[in-house]
Amino acid sequence: MSKAVKLKKGLDIKLVGEADQVKVDSKTPSVVALKPSDFHGLVPKVILKEGEKVKRGEVVFYDKYNKDVKFVSPVSGTLSEIVRGDKRRILEVRIVVDANDEVVQKEAVDPSSISKEEVKQILLENGLWPFIKQRPLDKIADPSVSPKAIFISAFDSAPLAPDYDFILRDQDQHFQHGLNALSKLTEGDVNITVNGNGAPDKAFLNAKNVTINKISGKHPAGNVGTQIHHFNPIDKGEFVFTVNPQDVITIGKFFAEGKYDPSRIVALTGSEVENRKYYKTIIGARLDSVIGDSLTQDNVRVISGNALTGTAVGKDGFLGFYDAHITVLPEGDQYKFFLTEGWLSPGFDKYSSHRLFPTWLMPKKKRRLDTNLNGEERGFVVTGELDKVLPFDILPLQLIKAIMVNDIDAMEQLGIYEIAPEDFALCEYVCTSKIAIQEKVREGLDVIEEECM
Amino acid sequence: MKALKKVIHNLDPKFEKGGKWEKAYPLYETLSTFLFTPKHVTKKGAHIRDGVDLKRTMFMVVLALIPALLFGIYNTGHWHYELMSHLNPEEYGAYSDYLVGFGDKVIYGLLQVLPLIIVSYAVGLAVEFIFGFIRGHGLHEGFLVSGMLIPLTMPADVPLWMVGVATAFAVVIGKEVFGGTGMNIVNIALTARAFLFFAYPTAMSGDKVWKSGTNEVIADNGGTLPDGASGATALGDMASLVGDAPVVAGEVLSSEAGSAELIQKFENAYDPLHAIIGMIPGSIGETSIIAILLGAALLLYTGVASWRIILSFFAGGLVFGLLMNLIGANAYMDMPAWYHLILGGFAFGAVFMATDPVTAAQTQYGKLWYGFLGGGLAVLIRVLNPAYPEGVMLAILFMNIMAPLIDHYVVQVNISRRKKRFKTA
Repeated sequence: MSKAVKLKKGLDIKLVGEADQVKVDSKTPSVVALKPSDFHGLVPKVILKEGEKVKRGEVVFYDKYNKDVKFVSPVSGTLSEIVRGDKRRILEVRIVVDANDEVVQKEAVDPSSISKEEVKQILLENGLWPFIKQRPLDKIADPSVSPKAIFISAFDSAPLAPDYDFILRDQDQHFQHGLNALSKLTEGDVNITVNGNGAPDKAFLNAKNVTINKISGKHPAGNVGTQIHHFNPIDKGEFVFTVNPQDVITIGKFFAEGKYDPSRIVALTGSEVENRKYYKTIIGARLDSVIGDSLTQDNVRVISGNALTGTAVGKDGFLGFYDAHITVLPEGDQYKFFLTEGWLSPGFDKYSSHRLFPTWLMPKKKRRLDTNLNGEERGFVVTGELDKVLPFDILPLQLIKAIMVNDIDAMEQLGIYEIAPEDFALCEYVCTSKIAIQEKVREGLDVIEEECM
Repeated sequence: MKALKKVIHNLDPKFEKGGKWEKAYPLYETLSTFLFTPKHVTKKGAHIRDGVDLKRTMFMVVLALIPALLFGIYNTGHWHYELMSHLNPEEYGAYSDYLVGFGDKVIYGLLQVLPLIIVSYAVGLAVEFIFGFIRGHGLHEGFLVSGMLIPLTMPADVPLWMVGVATAFAVVIGKEVFGGTGMNIVNIALTARAFLFFAYPTAMSGDKVWKSGTNEVIADNGGTLPDGASGATALGDMASLVGDAPVVAGEVLSSEAGSAELIQKFENAYDPLHAIIGMIPGSIGETSIIAILLGAALLLYTGVASWRIILSFFAGGLVFGLLMNLIGANAYMDMPAWYHLILGGFAFGAVFMATDPVTAAQTQYGKLWYGFLGGGLAVLIRVLNPAYPEGVMLAILFMNIMAPLIDHYVVQVNISRRKKRFKTA
């Protein structure tokens, strides 16, 4: 049964630099990387050595604590370097791409004709499982649990977000194939949530064996967490799996063709980059292959993902595993004199959801925002501001405070099982006291994982 | 500007850890971040952040207090010269008119009020800096507002040393022991006022403090007020209506008189219009409803203050005032309910004190209850306990203590509602 929800709370941050709706091929990246840091809590066990050859679709590392979850190379090439950080933690596994494009070829299977266990086995063996995340905890799904539903958000409402209706155009078949595979994993429904204010692509609207829900409103309407909260909330002990639309296609293609296809259409966006288009590239691609020399200046932050939740990777960094979006913002590492551009300025260049700057009268105007913190960290003072941007029946300030004091009972009662850091990204954005709220939410989830799961 | 930026930030390394003047870092941080928003960029989480910060938020409150402050300065001057007009009718007779002697009144008001503000800020900031040095951080903005609120809640004649002591007490015991800005349980400015109210009641209440210079006039006049002069406030008179010797504006009335007669006398002495404009004696900032509402308009327009609290505070006062009317056991109870809202510190408390987000209820529904009960309690204290003619301060302090309890119940409602979703699903 499909449902429709209208959200009243939320905030759309309008930034300069949307991508034009044109799909172009990017250069083939010379290097790609798998980053264990894309997967929260993962401790990788690399099975290849530096200098070894690897085929596309061949296992590079697996999860040390869950050996069934494997990660495969998106390209054929040579494992060139394992980049390590503090305590020898693995940050990146870099693979230099070769021209042969050798692929691990498996048999094509119709997912509808095989059992749940077989589907799961195929996903695990071939590095497709990491595309499936779970709530609670917002991490790679635990293969041993049975989710009560699967949620796919058909749109992204974050600032400058890519348009999935455009990305998925003419890919209905693979998408449906992927849905068929996913529907095997749950006793419940596969839910696709489309934008109630948009014109969803037929890949979504014509999808079969799924429940299509509508949600309309401001960001974070497109967050899968918001959608789960409104359509099928998670109680303690329940699980919901979530998958990004493009990853459904990757899964679908594998079942149809028997090989791992890591291709990904990403939107290049942001005020500090030219040639803003949709680029066909691959998971883990080094971003210089997409960005080229399109940057308009040097002092920029290149983000894999969106401006609220993405990872700063630098121009020579690598595309994140789950990302279909690159944002380039100006760095804000300049002092701002208090009367002209600082805290006591008229503020025509500032954007604020608070009515303390005249710019709140022009909410539709697109802005060039930099990465300055616009203030200093303080204790919580202002109340009520977080509630306005969190369209959940959850008390954000109280939940964050429960996390800060490590009160597990309160965290559970206040709804920590329903949330992920990205759901609180807007809270972090609006916070007058500049508190790192997403980080706090993650800390809370870590405590819950350790103590209660 | 560029030169200043260069000079200041060339000093950066000297104040950083290991630098020559490392110990003075909190002072340096405060000054440099006052002049320049630092070049801190986001590290984790959201890469872009809202343009607002606590400095701007707090500054809006200070800005909102300016009308009340300006009016308070003039009002202080006026009531001084009004008293003088009784003592020396030949020279000052005309000054009993509100608009006569504007310049003299402003100058007198400035001389009375500015020192209070200077002392309040100097002592408060000094204490904050000491704690800043101990904790190794610069000044947090909370006191910018408290420093202005404290003098505005005082009678103009309060000795400067008392303001200093009260401010120090409020900042240390009211705030810093809890961890500083954002951590306090009760409102700082009201803590300062309550401290003086209980420690030095003669300086904070009675009928000799509300018109600046009353004690000097009494001394000059041989130990009593001149004929026709009165030192009481409307609230003091209101409270006296219940006792054996009702007094209105210096005129002793018969305790045999009925409610209606007493109230009529009261209304003649304290014209509601005067009270709304603020032409009545009282604490410096509290008298003018118009000036306070100007501030309220700014705070509501910018969203700094919660409309829920302000609205429900007034509603609470009105409802409990009407409740008193229903009981109607004495003249004070019979007083029209709206009178409470325009006299004393009611409006000032509702707009500037109850709305302090740190000490108020923090949930949206909680704010409604918090304001309503606060306004109601203020009226209850006024009417039922004549020993405290002004109930607003105590009501808000009490509600500060109760706010976490209110929030607790609101949170419990949220929790059980959230639980219910799973039972029905």
